[in-house]
Amino acid sequence: MNLTLNGERVRGEPRPGQCLRTFLRDLGCLGVKKGCDQGDCGACTVWFDGKPVNSCLVPAFRAADHAVTTIEGLSRDGVLHPLQQCFLDAQAFQCGFCAAGMIMTVASLTDEQRQDLPHALKGNLCRCTGYRSLVDAIGGVSNTEGDKAGSAMGASLANPFSEAIVTGKARYTMDVAVEGTLHLKVARSPHAHARIARIDKAGAMAIPGVVEVFTWEDAPRRLYSTALHEDHLVDPDDTYMLDNVVRFVGQRVAAVVAETEAAAAAGCRALEIDYEVLPSVFDPEAAMLEGAPILHDHGGTNRGNVFADIQGEVGSVADGFARADTIHENTYSTSRVQHVHLETHGTIAWKGEDGRYHLRTSSQGPFIVRSKLCYLFGLRDRDLHVFTERVGGGFGGKQEMLSEDLCLLATLKTGRPTTWEWSREDQFIGASTRHQMTTRVKLGARRDGTLTAIEVRVVSNTGGYGGHGGETLGAALGSPLCAYRCDNKKAEGYAVYTNMIPGGGFRGYGASQTTFAIECAMDELAGVLGIDPFALRRKNMVGPDDWIESVWRDPSDISFGSYGLDQCLDLVEKGLADGKRIAKPHGDEWVEGQGMALAMLDSGPPTEHRSGAVMFLKPDGGYHLAVGSTEMGNGSTTSHRQIAAAVLGARACDIVIINADTDETPYDTGTFASTGTVVAGKAVHLTAMALRDNILDYASRNSGKPASAWAIEGDAVVCGATRIPLIELHAAGTREGHRFEAKRKAYSSPRTVGFNVQGFRVAVHTQTAEIRILQSVHAADIGALINPSQCRGQIDGSVGMGIGWALMENMVYDAGGRMVNPSLRNYRIPAFPDLPRNQIAFADTCDTIGPLGAKAQGECAINPIAPAMANAIANATGARFRHLPLTPDRIYSKLGPRP
Amino acid sequence: MNLDTIVEVRRPVCADEVTSWRDGLAWLGGGTWLFSEPQSELDTLIDLDSLGWPALEVSAEGLEIAATCRIAQLHDFEGPAEWTAVPLFRACCNALLASHKVWNTATVGGNICMSLPAGAMIALTAALEGVATLWPRGGPPRQVAIADFVTGNQVNVLAPGELLRGVHLPASALRKHFAVRQMSLTHLGRSAALIVGTVGAGGRDFRLTVTAATPRPVVFQFERLPAADALSDSIEAKIPSDGYFDDVHGAAPYKRHLTTYFAEQIRAELAGGGAA
Repeated sequence: MNLTLNGERVRGEPRPGQCLRTFLRDLGCLGVKKGCDQGDCGACTVWFDGKPVNSCLVPAFRAADHAVTTIEGLSRDGVLHPLQQCFLDAQAFQCGFCAAGMIMTVASLTDEQRQDLPHALKGNLCRCTGYRSLVDAIGGVSNTEGDKAGSAMGASLANPFSEAIVTGKARYTMDVAVEGTLHLKVARSPHAHARIARIDKAGAMAIPGVVEVFTWEDAPRRLYSTALHEDHLVDPDDTYMLDNVVRFVGQRVAAVVAETEAAAAAGCRALEIDYEVLPSVFDPEAAMLEGAPILHDHGGTNRGNVFADIQGEVGSVADGFARADTIHENTYSTSRVQHVHLETHGTIAWKGEDGRYHLRTSSQGPFIVRSKLCYLFGLRDRDLHVFTERVGGGFGGKQEMLSEDLCLLATLKTGRPTTWEWSREDQFIGASTRHQMTTRVKLGARRDGTLTAIEVRVVSNTGGYGGHGGETLGAALGSPLCAYRCDNKKAEGYAVYTNMIPGGGFRGYGASQTTFAIECAMDELAGVLGIDPFALRRKNMVGPDDWIESVWRDPSDISFGSYGLDQCLDLVEKGLADGKRIAKPHGDEWVEGQGMALAMLDSGPPTEHRSGAVMFLKPDGGYHLAVGSTEMGNGSTTSHRQIAAAVLGARACDIVIINADTDETPYDTGTFASTGTVVAGKAVHLTAMALRDNILDYASRNSGKPASAWAIEGDAVVCGATRIPLIELHAAGTREGHRFEAKRKAYSSPRTVGFNVQGFRVAVHTQTAEIRILQSVHAADIGALINPSQCRGQIDGSVGMGIGWALMENMVYDAGGRMVNPSLRNYRIPAFPDLPRNQIAFADTCDTIGPLGAKAQGECAINPIAPAMANAIANATGARFRHLPLTPDRIYSKLGPRP
Repeated sequence: MNLDTIVEVRRPVCADEVTSWRDGLAWLGGGTWLFSEPQSELDTLIDLDSLGWPALEVSAEGLEIAATCRIAQLHDFEGPAEWTAVPLFRACCNALLASHKVWNTATVGGNICMSLPAGAMIALTAALEGVATLWPRGGPPRQVAIADFVTGNQVNVLAPGELLRGVHLPASALRKHFAVRQMSLTHLGRSAALIVGTVGAGGRDFRLTVTAATPRPVVFQFERLPAADALSDSIEAKIPSDGYFDDVHGAAPYKRHLTTYFAEQIRAELAGGGAA
């Protein structure tokens, strides 16, 4: 058939059931993205005869003799469409995966639609930004400034890949055409707990196009954990690549590789799998009881289903409670949620002409993936190349090896390239989740509010496999308990195997769950004591002269590199009192209230983390920077360039950066828990300083003036009146055999701490239980701001994700452990109409530990959001809700009089 | 998403070309539902667009809405001035979870045939006393009130292969005043309750249509605007407490509460003159 694609007549023959999205990608329009493939996320938006449509829902054959415009057709002759320029100036994206669909939608809006953005944009989901920067783009607001040599630190510079992102040219994991690739699909278990009695491959192998079927008998019989930690001992070796026992609904049972995705899917349907169904258990308290079905007879446990248990006490809580005038005790729980990074998991594996295996993947830790694959397949590091190009969001979900192993297995066995792109349903039933935790909190206090004892019991549901189970439990018992000064603290926690989908790493990483419980409990305690919630915090919060201590007395590598919690509380209190807000809707049925919560988090993870960077001066006078950490919308490439530019007195655009590639960059243990800033950022800082010294040393060598007399200013080295362009210096040095290069490594220790405080003002309708956010105030103590615009973006995104957790997101399961809402239309994440415009302020601090005074920025901001929301709702309605999410149907019956 | 098992798309110019029916065939309207889920039991799509039905036809008797009318077309429809209920079209389009982009593809008939409790086109056409014309394979057309068309959550009266040709909205219903209430667990999300009241001149012929809260539309009719108690009593009598639809978009007790609450609001609003 013929169609007009981006103004040009093209021919193509779609398959009968093909949708327009994949047809356009086949025609080379790789800016047309897949976020859900179900019409819910808008990432695939294109214009059909000038009207915006979700191309995943449009039958491709209907495009015959019609005009289709994709993001590739929006800019003309290399000139950006005005809206693309606005998106760039406002930095209305982070990972950028949603940007093309967002731009195509906004560019199509009528004036009338622009007046009603909640309706106009509710069909475009962004998980990173919280939509504020999008509104800026539409309003023509710029959030960027000029890139001037010597002033990179603290400048709101644009993401280096901005133009590629707004034009659809940025290449995410699946945005390459691989000649002759096979496609992989998996059959997933319909049972929560079962032994596989038999798998008959014959039906699948008979499907035309099916090349191979892999079952547990074909996979390496080596136990490991899918969790990505360099210290692999922190996670239990409880997983086989393919197992003959399944422990949750959705666990992969067999992999089919075929010439087409369709044949692979048909192959999966044609497999005959006999299961011997085993008893299952879903509730962690039930799983700890005598007689519960035991999930693992190997791995890190010999204690029934309890994978990890942690206890500690400082002082004596018994004494503390005895001295208390008031004791508050209650139980709080948080829901299981999914990361919903818009780019799903996916990997492409192939054998190169160099005889090595190459994996292009969507990962937060390509080096650890390589180590695990080498272990599983008995390969040497040098035989395997793992890399990311652009990753469409992570949030901890890609701190997991879920797609790489089977692709490599298939490529090893068939010799052919193998592609596995996950569906959105795969993400919900086969990836990882935030650990569901239930937390009992007991607080003792004197009449004046002084805490006399804090006691916490955490039960974490780690699901069928224990990756991240112990580490998130440790985090749950860590920083949230450090936030308050109290002589007597006690905590115990259990991470328990059940037949649920496994937990994993997720922004906030266990600390979010306990922060919810403790901050709600503090609010309730304030109510009982009749003390203002801010005052109760100030009375008890950890101060800069206190020890940072949870429930253990052991020496720790954490200290106050800076302290700004006091400022954050002041900023939020003042913001709530004076700041701009939406008025409460009219009517007696609306009630209004405000709430706040604080959070403290170590900057960086406790286990072993390290990162390296390499820099060299290029012959053209610019710099090359290679750093191992991943960019997935967290902004680390932007900040790494700025750190290096600040040290070298350069413009950020003079620095070409490459990252997350086991061939091209130094080793890095993975990008999560803010290691992008505090570990990789430190490595970049050290490397840039070493290269600066290298350059100045060389300059001084030929001049007879000491290195200290020389400085780099932009594109030259300068000493008094002498000015040598870097191009000349490089040429001269190279002739003499000098090498302008440096490499440094950084470690996660020592660590500093950061703080975030959130305040909400809400209106709640006492009949419908509708919640409207009238005001959202956030203050962050993240040290020096490397890129203020980006810092705001990270916080906007955290607040949005926190609101989703608090008010709507919930993975719902039936009695058999099957998820009932594994799609974005039934598992709602915040859309444009759900999120407020945040008022964000920063404490004026400069850290003595973090690189250039910076601290972790992307992680902790989510932690105070849910409790601040619960506290605001309690303040408004007088009813306390202790179990997330606070959806209207779960809370309405406790609000106000019923007619 | 790609529908991998489809091997053929038929594009008839007349529905009678499709004489026999078997499993594996599906009528293709806009495709926004069909292409949103794997359909591995299907092998053939039969395109309705090629039939060329006019989307919207106005006559003295009322409005004919073709099943293939795009939701965007219905949203943009401006009827004769005396059709005071036309703004309800927009209100119901806006009650869809789907955004305006999906409306450019999705059809009115598709939304009705999906027969989801929250199907806003069902709410609209049931409230406006719509009558569906159905074309069975090998038999004369038949007509069914939209309120009776949907029989449960994703269940309706269509026989295998039977085609929804369109919906007739009588002019008398289009001349009524209406009031509408909608609530969802997220802002502008899928309806937990979508309830429409209509009333004729002088408070006569009051009709309340409850959707989304119940598995299928439930219609209450009164010759005159009822008193508050009479309305709530009849809701209680007609919808048992276990008659509400429980799903991730709203628990049944909540939907029951919303139904009574919104019904009274609608009654009171229409008693005060109506919003048209």
